[in-house]
Amino acid sequence: MHDMSAQATTHHAPPQGFIRKYVFSADHKVIGIQYTTLSLVAAFIGMALSWVMRIHLGWPTAAIPLLGTLSPNGAPGGVPTPEYYLSLMTMHGTIMAFFVLTAAPMSGYGNSMLPIQVGAADMAFPRLNMASFWVTFVGFVLACATFLIPDGPPISGWTAYAPLSAVGPVAGPGQGWGQNLWGLSIAAFCVASLLGSLNFIVTTLELRTKGMTLSRLPLSTWAWFINAWVGLLAFAVLLPTCLLLVLDRLGGTSFFIPGGLVVNDKVLPHSGGSPLLFQHLFWFFGHPEVYLIILPAFGIVAHVMPTFIRKPLVGGWKVITFAMIAVGTLSFVVWGHHMFVSGMSPYMAMVFSVPTLIITIPSVIVVLVFAASLYGSNMRFTTPMLFCLGFISLFITGGIGGFFLAQPAVDSYLHATSFVVGHFHFTMGLSAIFATFAGFYYWFPKMWGRMMNETLGKVHFWLSFVGVYCVFMPMHLMGFTGAVRRYSSFVDDFMVPLIPTNRFITVFALLLGAAQLIFFYNAIWSRLKGPKAPNNPWQATTLEWDTTSPPPFDNFGGRQITVYHGPMEYDGDASVMQNSPEKSVAGT
Amino acid sequence: MAGKVFAVVVVIVTLAIAYCVMAHVWWMPVDISVHGPNIDHQIEETVLGAGILFIAGQLVLAAFSFLYGDSKGARKMKSFPGGAKPLILFACVVVGIEVLVLSFVGSKAWGSVYFTPPDPNSLRVDVQGGQFAFYFRYPGPDGKFGPLHPELINEGTQNYFGLDPDHDADSKDDIVTAGLAIPVNKPVLLTLHSKDMGHSFYVRELRIQQDLVPGIVIPIHFTAIQTGRFEIVCTQLCGLGHYNMKAYLEVMSQADFDSWLKQQAALQ
Repeated sequence: MHDMSAQATTHHAPPQGFIRKYVFSADHKVIGIQYTTLSLVAAFIGMALSWVMRIHLGWPTAAIPLLGTLSPNGAPGGVPTPEYYLSLMTMHGTIMAFFVLTAAPMSGYGNSMLPIQVGAADMAFPRLNMASFWVTFVGFVLACATFLIPDGPPISGWTAYAPLSAVGPVAGPGQGWGQNLWGLSIAAFCVASLLGSLNFIVTTLELRTKGMTLSRLPLSTWAWFINAWVGLLAFAVLLPTCLLLVLDRLGGTSFFIPGGLVVNDKVLPHSGGSPLLFQHLFWFFGHPEVYLIILPAFGIVAHVMPTFIRKPLVGGWKVITFAMIAVGTLSFVVWGHHMFVSGMSPYMAMVFSVPTLIITIPSVIVVLVFAASLYGSNMRFTTPMLFCLGFISLFITGGIGGFFLAQPAVDSYLHATSFVVGHFHFTMGLSAIFATFAGFYYWFPKMWGRMMNETLGKVHFWLSFVGVYCVFMPMHLMGFTGAVRRYSSFVDDFMVPLIPTNRFITVFALLLGAAQLIFFYNAIWSRLKGPKAPNNPWQATTLEWDTTSPPPFDNFGGRQITVYHGPMEYDGDASVMQNSPEKSVAGT
Repeated sequence: MAGKVFAVVVVIVTLAIAYCVMAHVWWMPVDISVHGPNIDHQIEETVLGAGILFIAGQLVLAAFSFLYGDSKGARKMKSFPGGAKPLILFACVVVGIEVLVLSFVGSKAWGSVYFTPPDPNSLRVDVQGGQFAFYFRYPGPDGKFGPLHPELINEGTQNYFGLDPDHDADSKDDIVTAGLAIPVNKPVLLTLHSKDMGHSFYVRELRIQQDLVPGIVIPIHFTAIQTGRFEIVCTQLCGLGHYNMKAYLEVMSQADFDSWLKQQAALQ
């Protein structure tokens, strides 16, 4: 426990002028909004890319309106070429995994809420925080810039496997400057994430207000804190990996390129590198990355749900927190399950299979805690609560797919089929997005000072929930037939009969997309015209709800905050604020 | 109301998925390899074990949202009987046992493909992946593959492997083909390698998927027990023509295979 709030409140003076206040701001709340807005823009772009892919998969010869004008090389006459399909796929994955799923629930909400939840005036290093956002922004601009260069974006997928990603333009369109920009974009994202992780860790450890012991931390803060450690270790490996890749491409090195490669009948001037080394380095980051996305989702649901079930989670803060720590720790010893068929030693497959199955145990504990907490509750069916319920359902379904892919023998059949696409969309994609929506609807009043429209929120939920199952469950099922992923059209004999299934998926994908437009409309309309938000619209108990919406520059208007209770002081309609000296109602 | 609607939607979705999986609406194609039944068995075990957890999980979620939604604060709150202990026990014991069973039984299925030595009398075929085609090489009567010279690879002269029969005696009788033909019931040993990017060798009916990695040679062995023509598709993203990279596997009688190989040798 640290009593540093006195220093924290005078951490830095309120900024003057538009640029300092809203653009190059060191205020964690502004930075949180900047990250969240960046993620919204990125999500819209990523989603639009998926629409093009889906339409093309369902109707391969259909001309897509405007596309021919936007990208005359990639889609002459509006029909995407096979390589343009791969570009769209690569950038959909890259933008969604990094700039949406990693950025929004961690950097967006974490920046907005973590300092307030621990009772601090700002992050420990506000200027470093500002640098994190702007470096992320540069990374995002570099990623988007790939669409503006003549060759277009890279075609090597968000995993950028070498040597396709490493040998340069000979590997195909987009593998020239498109892939260079990709490498630099992700390297920038890594630098920003490392700085952000340091800030989250130091703020949680050093800036907690009086009485805010670790056992009283809100569970969202616990998740961000654990996640910051995971991010610190994972991005520290991806950053040099990206730089080595760029060196192979521009510096003539051969970290990931073996000798004797022949492209267009010419031997490439490389020797001695290993494509498997790239895969090991990428997945050493890449699997923790899945948990970098899902841990904040756990934290958001654990934080939001008690408010609406009006009781603490089963097992209090301890069970869920230790389960999250176990997930975060085990996430570093499972990466090889992405490589069962990669040519890695088949004995290593067994070594990676066991921890992959074991990591399901803490994950199951998290889901069981969420589900069991509903027992005997008085649910309030607000939009954030609905998204929490949706999260539980989607995460159960997604997690079940993990049992299949964790086993080398089963994976050797399902690997690179649409089963995998369905699985990761359910887990790190849509489960995380549902938790992110829960957080968005929940914290919107605090971040922007206005309430969102509940009716539109509920329509958004129902269409999304049904849409997700109709889009991604058929992908699982098609996977059983061996339907191969990353194909721009179904030319193989055995995949031709699956075209009607693909059309079904496309129709629901467009519906799912339309539902997100309702969300975008609701967010923009509510920001401008929504009713003014009270301090505590949800009758919640954590510190962010004991200040104005939005909070003043120093978060608590100079008040000294002392915390007396845990974060889940709910008993039906009764609740006690964390910093209220009143008697506890839930015994936390 | 919303709690009950949510419960009903979850139940419908769960039952629909369970039906599709159990009725095999989309399912694996015929299995033509000796090791394949082990993998199919493992998939079915997983469908059963994970399927029970899936249905139980969704139904519990539906039941709780049906029972405890929409009460408008009228009901007295209840805590979960026994607290977190039964949950942790369930996760550790039930899921733990499932994990152990899948690991042990699964390692048997995996081992049947990867931990057994190839039959010394296997038919050996060298497989090369390249943007965007597979090529296959049979060693010819001498039973030896000639060495590869990457600098000699030339699509124009159809020297796909970079062979030098003028200087390498072992290369003289090597037979290079665009399709993979094998005799039925005969053990086969493939050596997989790539000349440029990562590729993958996937034959659904053989229950085999194995990457081809530039710089290394990966052996894989199997025995096909049914004749027929099956697709070999590339499942590792290898460039713009990835979706179109495929070849055919022809499993035929020994007599048919012998005459096919003779024919191919004459074409070299």
